[in-house]
Amino acid sequence: MGTYLKLFRAGFSRQANYRLAMVAGLATNVVFGFIRAAILFAALDSAGGSLGGYTKGSISAYVWLSQGLLGAIDLSGRAEIGERIRTGDVAIDFTRPVDLQTWHLSEDMGRAAYTFIPRGLPSVLIGALTFGLSMPTTVLPYVLGFISIAIGIAIAFYCRFAVNALGFWLLDTRGARTVYMVTSTFLAGLYVPVSLFPGWLQTVALATPFPSMLQVPINVISGKDTGTDALLLVLMQLCWLAVTCAAGQLLTRAGRHKLVVQGG
Amino acid sequence: MSTPIVQVDRLTRTFRVRRKAAAGTGSRDLAAVDQMSFRIDAGESVGYIGANGAGKSTTIKMLCGILVPTSGTVRTCGLDPMRGRRELARHIGVVFGQRTQLWWDLPLRESFAILAAIHRLPAAQAERRTTELVDQLEMGPTLDTPVRQLSLGQRMRAEIAAALLHSPQLLILDEPTIGLDVVSKARLREFLIAERAERGTTLLLTTHDMGDVERLCDRILVVDHGRLAYDGTLPGLAATVGAQRVLVVDLIRPTRDLVDIPGTRHLASEADGLRQRIAFDAAASTAAQVLASVAERAEIHDLSIEEPDIEDVVRRIYLSMQ
Amino acid sequence: MSGLPLAGGRVSPYRAVLASRVRAQRSYRTGFALDLFGSLLIGVTEFAEVWVIFHNVEVLGGLDFHAILVLFGLSNLAFSLADLLVGHLDTLPTYVRAGTLDAFYLRPQPLLAQLVTSEVDLRRISRIGVAGTALVSGLVLEDVSYGPRELTLLAIAIVFGTAIFAGLFVCAASLQFFLINGSELTNSFTYGGSYAAQQPTAIFPRPLKLLFGYLIPVAFTAYLPTLALLGLPGPAGLPAWLAWLTPVAAGWVWLVGMLLWRWGTRHYQVGGG
Repeated sequence: MGTYLKLFRAGFSRQANYRLAMVAGLATNVVFGFIRAAILFAALDSAGGSLGGYTKGSISAYVWLSQGLLGAIDLSGRAEIGERIRTGDVAIDFTRPVDLQTWHLSEDMGRAAYTFIPRGLPSVLIGALTFGLSMPTTVLPYVLGFISIAIGIAIAFYCRFAVNALGFWLLDTRGARTVYMVTSTFLAGLYVPVSLFPGWLQTVALATPFPSMLQVPINVISGKDTGTDALLLVLMQLCWLAVTCAAGQLLTRAGRHKLVVQGG
Repeated sequence: MSTPIVQVDRLTRTFRVRRKAAAGTGSRDLAAVDQMSFRIDAGESVGYIGANGAGKSTTIKMLCGILVPTSGTVRTCGLDPMRGRRELARHIGVVFGQRTQLWWDLPLRESFAILAAIHRLPAAQAERRTTELVDQLEMGPTLDTPVRQLSLGQRMRAEIAAALLHSPQLLILDEPTIGLDVVSKARLREFLIAERAERGTTLLLTTHDMGDVERLCDRILVVDHGRLAYDGTLPGLAATVGAQRVLVVDLIRPTRDLVDIPGTRHLASEADGLRQRIAFDAAASTAAQVLASVAERAEIHDLSIEEPDIEDVVRRIYLSMQ
Repeated sequence: MSGLPLAGGRVSPYRAVLASRVRAQRSYRTGFALDLFGSLLIGVTEFAEVWVIFHNVEVLGGLDFHAILVLFGLSNLAFSLADLLVGHLDTLPTYVRAGTLDAFYLRPQPLLAQLVTSEVDLRRISRIGVAGTALVSGLVLEDVSYGPRELTLLAIAIVFGTAIFAGLFVCAASLQFFLINGSELTNSFTYGGSYAAQQPTAIFPRPLKLLFGYLIPVAFTAYLPTLALLGLPGPAGLPAWLAWLTPVAAGWVWLVGMLLWRWGTRHYQVGGG
């Protein structure tokens, strides 16, 4: 357990070196946040002030929370493990007495934790100061919300890990990663809230782990879903956590087998 | 008096270096090139030597217009490299040893074709020149190979061909033989000598390899910590610093230390005198003479000669100038 | 010798390089097909966002769905074309770090012209296709009679809209001489600008209207032409007839771009890379 904690701290402090990149990320977050908030406000106006249960306050919360969490919840499809598999260095990693997946998860959680400081919180603050947003006044949504966010980060990691694990078989994962990034960002509810999707598209989205990465944590922490609804959503997240973790484990095991048998 | 190909006058280039000293962070100016003055006339072949970080690449960059001097003037082919960069590019050819100017993923012949178009060479001339260079550098079999698949030796020859395609007045080579095997080095040197003989191209060569300098250059510029420490011929250089070459002989039988050969200094013996290292002054005797003296005293099985290394020569120059 | 364009003329060096890049990309078969598909998917999801919003509302910022199709088509077409021609300028930091930028200095052509013509990214073709389809659909569905005025307006919008985005790419590249990991910072106005361009500028609060209307004038690439084309009035401060001044907006962006570029290259040559 102590090893994973160390890895978490390592991931955290490594991010501290990329200060300029964090500022850059925040700038992009804010610009896109402004534009998205303007779009959705206009949509609300067109719909007569309320849309899918959202008001200006709650939809602003959705926009700024999603922008802020982008730093932590990485939907891009890139993962360090990908490069190590491509070069074959992963063979060394397999000799270490640490589970490959959990090792990288710990580092990623550390990385994600760091991003709250320069990107996560400032985004929400800027949103609050410029567009205004409404957040819950009780404690429970925040407690459950942070748990939900943590699970969301982990699910996003496990999925990225699985996609990159395809590198054991594919010569170049770039195509797979692009497809992943495009579908994940859309279905996770980054552009438009999932609840505003047409019925059939919502069904498609809910059949994937993507909404559990972003939309669910946002709904929980912003109080869009409360009480038993919120708990059920977190339960759904936990199911996806197990599924994506298992997928990664299976792929890693198969990949390791391939390396050993075929020599990479 | 014709225009010199290179005219450098009190050329200086400083860099701001941030250093973390015990007393805290501070910055100071580091002079990579310090008040250098020299000229190179058309047709000369100049070797530019010095230790790593002595300022060689910085000078070259200033000659080409890639870097702006902090003070002093530089004129290449009569042009100000900064202002006349594009005009200058037609008259010089440059090869940076480590970095390629070719198109990595294309067959070699395409790189030549593109460069011919870039230099706006008439089709017939381009064809002729390319064929000529390809023949002389023996690159026929590699013309259809993507550049990234070429060996280092093949790539260097390709880079030099590319730099000579437009028949420039001045050819600048920055560490061209680094990493090459002995045979490749020799072939490259022969080519450069022939090229110069035919076209009178001026050659400026930076190198760590004394063999390059011996074979190719009639003149040497030695740079140390940004300053010009020596400007003259190679024999002059060796004589100036009393640089020593070392003869390493493997003898048939263990022999006593050969300390009594005139004009030499016995350095060391190994394996009970089976292998002996004997230093001699390059200006005073030749390797052949020393070898003959050794042969009088013992039967030789094998031998090799170690050249004075650049750092040693440079250090001696620097010391001699104190 | 491979087929050489006849040497001579000011364009042939650039043509030679571009032609070779096209040939090089044709050789990367399977990877290319997958890239094309990925590009297509990106274009489609960008449109899906607009479509989902219109699943919920009829009008956005004064424009109906058909008008939004035109807006989306024009903005994305301009951006994708600019990306095809100039998008690879974002590799500049890589050249600087590897020291390979110097190779460009040793050739007898202007540096920017060489970098712009050093590559052409054929994968962008799918997004151009998506944008073009959206534009044509929108134009057909809208009840507009297409006379010389409309066609001129469209031509101006596409040509100078592309020029505006290309100019933004040049601005972004110039800043890379100063920033170390700067490409993410400039994404905020290149990709941010593209995102803003495909929205009706009317929806923005006043400061953003000024930003995307005049400072980083992406409103000229699609919104203003769409208004002028469909005969709609513009919001306060951005009347529809401004669409005819799109070339001026492009000129402004390129002026800033060239100044930044000179500043940046000077910094490179003084700083030593």
